[in-house]
Amino acid sequence: MNLYQLFSNMEKIDPDIYGRIDSRRKAIRNFAGIGGRLALAAVPLALGGLLNKAYSQSAPADITGVLQYALTLEYLEAEFYTKAVASGIIPAGAPTSALTTIRDHENQHVAFLTAVIKQLGATPVSKPTFDFTAGGHFATVFTNYDVLLAVAQTFEDTGVRAYKGQAGVLMSNNTVLTAALNIHSVEARHASHIRQMRRARTNDATIKPWITGKNPGGITDDAVQKSYNGEELTTQAGIDLTGFVSASAASESFDEPLTYDQVIAIVQPFIKQ
Amino acid sequence: MKNDSIRLQPALPGEEAAYNKTVSRKKFLSALGIGSLSLAAIVSCNKDDDGMGSTVPPGSIDLGKGDTGILNYAYALEQLEAAFYTKVAQSPYSGITAAETALLTDIRDHEVAHREFFKKALGTAAIPALNVNFSGIDFSKRDSVLATAKAFEDLGVSAYNGAGALIADKNYLLLAGKIVSVEARHAAYIRDLISNGSFADNTIIDASGMDQAKAPADVLMIAQSFLTSKLWGGNLPKS
Repeated sequence: MNLYQLFSNMEKIDPDIYGRIDSRRKAIRNFAGIGGRLALAAVPLALGGLLNKAYSQSAPADITGVLQYALTLEYLEAEFYTKAVASGIIPAGAPTSALTTIRDHENQHVAFLTAVIKQLGATPVSKPTFDFTAGGHFATVFTNYDVLLAVAQTFEDTGVRAYKGQAGVLMSNNTVLTAALNIHSVEARHASHIRQMRRARTNDATIKPWITGKNPGGITDDAVQKSYNGEELTTQAGIDLTGFVSASAASESFDEPLTYDQVIAIVQPFIKQ
Repeated sequence: MKNDSIRLQPALPGEEAAYNKTVSRKKFLSALGIGSLSLAAIVSCNKDDDGMGSTVPPGSIDLGKGDTGILNYAYALEQLEAAFYTKVAQSPYSGITAAETALLTDIRDHEVAHREFFKKALGTAAIPALNVNFSGIDFSKRDSVLATAKAFEDLGVSAYNGAGALIADKNYLLLAGKIVSVEARHAAYIRDLISNGSFADNTIIDASGMDQAKAPADVLMIAQSFLTSKLWGGNLPKS
């Protein structure tokens, strides 16, 4: 019997067969292991400036700092979708179902990050008070479905770029890095779906599941544009991709990171403090 | 730290999902008439073979070691995806819509960009162009094409997620991160084409809201069934 064929056939019937055999139990053990070593280092961090840690003046330089930053962004998304689903303006059926799925993931990310930060010996930052109108800028965010979807898309695309920007800091801990990558790609799946929802509503074929150039996809708003600036790159590691594909495809084929400072500038208007 | 790990468990419901997956796998195997023991024997046998050292099996293409190996691994997967979508664009399935044509062509271009990027970045260290085997795919049928696309995209996401921790150079890690989110956008789109709303359903996302990460050995085993070229990842980093 051809072994490869056997596995291939099994994969076709049950695509999850190769799923995480490396169970969560093992991940916990890994965290427990590093927790012991990192606890001491994390204590000063936990005591010092806990409140402003999530969006302090300087970019996080260590794993716990990155996780606190990620937790703040997940708090933002989780509360946004919780309010969105409760707003009463989401059409029943597929739209409500999709936003509920996303809401649940964001809450799961909050729970996961909270647990990991504790495991690393630090105290998770508390949830900020959010203002999803961004000081009145998106005044109809929970009364106008299209505005709601536009804000959702911006949060998701920003989230993808924010996680990407921190990968390097997480390199020293493989377990945390892999967990962050596993969250990062889920945010990209969300972004893809929200973009498809917006495309379906507007019949605007320029709104695609991926980001073309630095185009926000039919949203004209200076605040939103910040989430897309820098996405227009067509050269990667010195290699000009327009030698192979169109400039649009070249920009779409790689998502770009955002620095901590860039992300803070984007989300600060949504945080009341 | 033992107490801590016990205390943490209820907060990480993914474990239950992993347990359920194991159960369904057992059920599935027994339905096939293959005891889980015999599968374990096959798998561990395979592992032993991998562990034998750096001897490349005759006729196989060695992906290499270190970051070069990981880049070649990514290059191999991108070759596979690019070849698949090139064929999809050349012979569109019956009933394809204008929107599907446009977006599947976009995906083809993204995969071509990824493929050419890795080829150029690897230079003389690049593995050769691979020969694909798409005999199991009916390119005239939407179901067959989209099911394969879904398998490739979800596999690609899990491959990059799993490779992240194996990369030593920060710049390569960032490049992998730039690509994986685009693969995830593809995966969500293809899944929604098959069934709207399945972009991140619980067949792929666990109870902690997390995507999958697969080790190269597991990914290569699946990818191999679509290739006539034989890939060998025995020299790839293990951690």
